[in-house]
Amino acid sequence: MTATVPPPALRSGRVTPTAGEVAAVGRRRRPWRRLWAVVLGVVTVAAYVVFRTEGATEDGDAAAFRFFDGVRDWVDANRDSSPVFLYGINYVRLGVRLLVDAVQAALSGLGFAGLVAAITGLGVVLAGWRTGLLALGGFLAFAVLGLWEQSVDTLVLTVSAVLLSVAIGVPLGVLAARVRWVGAALRPVLDVMQILPTFAYLAPMTLLFLIGEPAAVIATMIYAVPATIRITALGIGEVSPSAVEAATALGSTRWQLLRKVRLPMARPTIVLAVNQTIMLALSMVVITALIDAPGLGQNIVSALQRVNVGAAFDAGLAIVILAVVLDRITTNAARRVRRSLSIRGGIGVGIAVVAAAFIPLGSADLPAYSFAAPVNDAVGWIELHWYDVTEGLKNGISAGVLDPLETVLVTSPWWLFVAAVAAFGTLISGWRAAAVAAPAAAGLAGLGLWQHSMQTLATVLVAIVLTMLIGVATGVVCARHDRLATALRPVLDAAQTMPSFVYLLPAVALFGASRFTAIVAAVIFAVPPVVRLVERGLRDVPPAVVEAARSAGSTPRQLLWKVQLPMARGGLLLAANQGIVMVLAMVVVGGLVGAGALGYDVVAGFSQRELFGQGLAAGLAIVLLGIVLDRLTQGFHDSKGPRR
Amino acid sequence: MTPMIEVADLWKVFGPRPERVVGSPLADLSRAELRERTGCVIAVRGVSFDVRPGEVFVVMGLSGSGKSTLVRCLTRLIEPTSGEIGIGGEPVRAMNPSRLRELRRRRVAMVFQHFGLLPHRSVLDNVAYGLEIQGRSRAERHRRAGETLALVGLEGHENQYPDQLSGGMQQRVGLARALATDPEVLLFDEPFSALDPLIRRDMQAEVRRLHGEVGKTLVFITHDLSEALSLGDRIAVLRDGALVQVGTPEELVGAPADSYVADFVRDVPRSDVLTLRWIMREPAPGERCEDEPLSQHTVIRDAVHRVLRAERPIPVVDGVRRVGVIDADRLLPALIGHHRQVPA
Amino acid sequence: MRTLRTAATAALIASLAACGGATSGAGEESEPSAGPKGTVNLAINPWVGYEANAAVIAHLLEKELGYTVEKKELKEEIAWQGFETGEVDAIVENWGHADLKKTYIEQKKVAVDVGPTGNKGTIGWYVPQWMVDEHPDITDWNNLNKYAALFKTSESKGKGQFLAGDPSFVTNDAALVKNLKLDYTVVYSGSEAAIIKAAQQASAQKKPLLFYFYEPQWLFAKEKYVRVKLPAYKTGCDADPKKVACDYPDYVLDKIASKKFADANSTAYQLIKNFTWTNDDQNLVSDYITNQGMTPEKAAEKWAAEHEATWKPWIR
Ligand SMILES: Nc1ncnc2c1ncn2[C@@H]1O[C@H](COP(=O)(O)OP(=O)(O)O)[C@@H](O)[C@H]1O
Ligand SMILES: [Mg+2]
Repeated sequence: MTATVPPPALRSGRVTPTAGEVAAVGRRRRPWRRLWAVVLGVVTVAAYVVFRTEGATEDGDAAAFRFFDGVRDWVDANRDSSPVFLYGINYVRLGVRLLVDAVQAALSGLGFAGLVAAITGLGVVLAGWRTGLLALGGFLAFAVLGLWEQSVDTLVLTVSAVLLSVAIGVPLGVLAARVRWVGAALRPVLDVMQILPTFAYLAPMTLLFLIGEPAAVIATMIYAVPATIRITALGIGEVSPSAVEAATALGSTRWQLLRKVRLPMARPTIVLAVNQTIMLALSMVVITALIDAPGLGQNIVSALQRVNVGAAFDAGLAIVILAVVLDRITTNAARRVRRSLSIRGGIGVGIAVVAAAFIPLGSADLPAYSFAAPVNDAVGWIELHWYDVTEGLKNGISAGVLDPLETVLVTSPWWLFVAAVAAFGTLISGWRAAAVAAPAAAGLAGLGLWQHSMQTLATVLVAIVLTMLIGVATGVVCARHDRLATALRPVLDAAQTMPSFVYLLPAVALFGASRFTAIVAAVIFAVPPVVRLVERGLRDVPPAVVEAARSAGSTPRQLLWKVQLPMARGGLLLAANQGIVMVLAMVVVGGLVGAGALGYDVVAGFSQRELFGQGLAAGLAIVLLGIVLDRLTQGFHDSKGPRR
Repeated sequence: MTPMIEVADLWKVFGPRPERVVGSPLADLSRAELRERTGCVIAVRGVSFDVRPGEVFVVMGLSGSGKSTLVRCLTRLIEPTSGEIGIGGEPVRAMNPSRLRELRRRRVAMVFQHFGLLPHRSVLDNVAYGLEIQGRSRAERHRRAGETLALVGLEGHENQYPDQLSGGMQQRVGLARALATDPEVLLFDEPFSALDPLIRRDMQAEVRRLHGEVGKTLVFITHDLSEALSLGDRIAVLRDGALVQVGTPEELVGAPADSYVADFVRDVPRSDVLTLRWIMREPAPGERCEDEPLSQHTVIRDAVHRVLRAERPIPVVDGVRRVGVIDADRLLPALIGHHRQVPA
Repeated sequence: MRTLRTAATAALIASLAACGGATSGAGEESEPSAGPKGTVNLAINPWVGYEANAAVIAHLLEKELGYTVEKKELKEEIAWQGFETGEVDAIVENWGHADLKKTYIEQKKVAVDVGPTGNKGTIGWYVPQWMVDEHPDITDWNNLNKYAALFKTSESKGKGQFLAGDPSFVTNDAALVKNLKLDYTVVYSGSEAAIIKAAQQASAQKKPLLFYFYEPQWLFAKEKYVRVKLPAYKTGCDADPKKVACDYPDYVLDKIASKKFADANSTAYQLIKNFTWTNDDQNLVSDYITNQGMTPEKAAEKWAAEHEATWKPWIR
């Protein structure tokens, strides 16, 4: 793994198990569990056969929908009169607007040449001249792609959201690490926040903050801040106790300890937290184009609407460039963090930036190039020549796997589903996890969106199976072929910086509007981290063990199946857990391109007034589904390993 | 002379509701049983001792015997469960937080096994840290830190960072940091056990030299007997949190209080530690001796030359008073034997 | 420029704090802030016909009147919300939306109706011509169930597929399927472009397709699609969205502007108010954009150059 992109587990701010923990999980054996699993399976199937229902269709009317509609009406009526809004929420909106305007003024005030010089200078000072050159090339590329203004808008929103996240997340992270009850109280909240699919909170955001930049920045902050908090807390918690003790012994006050010892020592980790916050914010900012945030997201939304893969390619490329530049600057800054910035260098760069701001060079003065035409040609060619293959694949999987699974889930009585979640949850992840998952599953029924939830669940399950098949296979190959792994790494890096949204396009182009399209997009989205985790899990198997197995005469295949995969089980299960959360997020976004079910409800909810309540309920259902899936799989890696 | 440090009946119990253990029958349970019944561990058990100003007081014991806990209790880095501590005549347990901070800032400094240096600060700023948090000016603390660095032989390394130094040099920085605030008392918690043996010996010499030069009161924790013997004016032996013996090196080697201490000192080359007092005998009536006497505080090894060349036993004196005689017959077993000696 | 606005917002916060509370529109300046004459914020709803209107209006605003135009890709309802927040000045092709008019024009009084665009809108269910040739009675909804099997797809769950568009479009399709007891599943393609693509494939490859479509629409000039007759529209038959069992009405497409923008009565507002053209005009520009590979700006420029007589009267 290159140091530039931290492991996916850390990306989402989760704590990654060490090799030791992974191995420990792998070693555990519980013979009775297999028996129980079989018994439970048989009982569940029998119960299904006996109690199967007709799968009553939803009539778009449920208590939950009416309740949310009521909430919406109340908010609409009181937005300018209720004190909650007059003195609270509207001020938040105003404050964020002020922040965005200030950042905007600062960045656009520099002008094209000035901003390019500034980012280059920042790169040089913080991260060395290589990174500076990368930043220079990257920002010039925005102009060449004709996306300068949109890129700056995206940058403005990202920077604003990151500033907010850091302002809120770092203090909270410090508190979480230092004050036990704060940490304990935050933990479940962060857990839920991290599995919230981006899509689910757009509607509540517009309800509270209306559309526009403030709502977008706040939504982005909510998406990114858990990583800020988690990683900061991790960094503060990891500060060497002996240094703290030494400083205490010299008579430091608590505040001096924090300011002079804990924070500086955690600084590399906090910079990493900022890095992760930036990456997450960038991917969310793009999605907030749906609620009228400006920037590259607008290009992608409009490309999606016009099924114009080429246009999206340019915008997607710009996003990746922005992500790579910001990522390199922050990771390299984290690595060089101790060399105090040379003041002279800083002044020099400052002068250069000011001078550059007066260069009358505009973004339009650069030669222009767009990938749109060649990409569209390529897509057209594929559409024409692969039509039978893509159709066959789509129809085969839909009819052969997806439809039967969906039928089973939809026709299960809800109580059977809840019972199954409780039973299998206990078996897989322990009663704690089941105690959270089962009520969440019951909540799905209570929301009046049973059928849609089960349809979404079916799509998610198929997608996760495909993701794991592809991810594990690729991971295994990568773990065995160093060259291939090295070659694949930058691709995986880029794939992980790409906002989920972008993946819809090639899928739509190839498969039209269907659930399978969402599955394909989800697989593309979730495979890279799975590959990473699997590869790492396999590589973490101690060489001594592999050597021993070899010397006992194992064939490579035996080595893989009998030694490496079982020992990497922890890594595989972690990959499944991570993958499933990502897949859910993507399948829901697939509602934009014909995947229907909950994702469609959400989209319809914030684009059609009379569907608002249903949309909000669907958002909640997605969250509940996320909790069910996460808890059921989290036990894989969490409850058995030592908790920190 | 009033003692610099007074410790009286000090207890430290880790675990839930520790107060109930002290002075109750629970305290007499075995370690495992106590843990089973209450979840508590007794780390320091009714320890009392005094340290005189300028003395080097060594605390020794096996790993887990409570040495670190004991030394941390002195400045309440670990809050004692019960007992009294006085430093310079002032009761430490009665101090409020700001008074306690003053104590730590100006009067007692500590050197740690794992150095505890701040990796984000240069060597100079590490040493200046204690002055910085006292609010001294930048110029003053840098000047003082520079002087202290010179004292420990680290001139020229001011602008390096801890991870650029070897372990021995890092601990010199730790030493300089402790000395920079010019405290009356220095506490050392196994400062050299993470170092290579050669470097360790250098550092011990350094501590001896500094003690000679700056004359502080030193409390020195170690599990290494030879270190204890070479540095300590007096040595306290700790076992399972309780003091089993406090005495000079030769008292320990010559008269271990129990088998635990005896085990400790078994491999010590006695001739290096013991003085003639431990092996001299009463002169036989009318026995003729050499003219030139030896002091009873002469270490055996230093007397070998004379005793073996003398034709007659050599008288041993305490000042001018003759207390015994020594001859080759008494000396040789002490040079080769490792068995228990009994003082005359 | 933005700094001015920042300062203005800061001042606003201060004054608001003094007199108590911030309203939802606070901090949103629709005052001109850039360009020689100011900025006009146009919502862009997601279909190409709308984009054609917007492109021509934007072109004239910028090139003839010297405004700066900010285009915002927004779905219909969200664009209406923009009137409230001040992020949107005008919607230049509105399809009915009686409920939104009631909320934003009558109740909140943040928007005003600025008259028809001249385009006649129809929405309906369509099948490609070749299906009518083969099954002449398919254009009567009563016979749709008979042909349901033809329309089966991977997404239709064993029933016939009815392909709808963007979830934000004005639709009654799910209710119609239910209330007319049709053996169909509504599948949302997600966008106009996706419907058009499916419709083109249906014509070219003779694939069965029943879909949601509307006029004005450039595609009708290229291919023939036939509207399926649903029970005729009568006023009020679509009052309850859940009980609709009749066809879509004909729409007179109109323009909506924010109250602030209208009250300022700038030349920009005048232009938008006067803007009116025919379905053919719009289809032409849409065709430029979709099929001639032109950007909306280029398309509008070309149309404006060719049709000066049409747009001259809009600018007075
Ligand atoms: N924070 C703590 N909580 C519980 N038990 C502790 C703690 N610190 C030390 N102990 C226990 O107290 C005993 C003495 O520890 P310590 O003072 O570190 O010994 P030494 O320094 O002599 O090796 C050990 O048994 C240790 O397990
Ligand atoms: Mg210790």
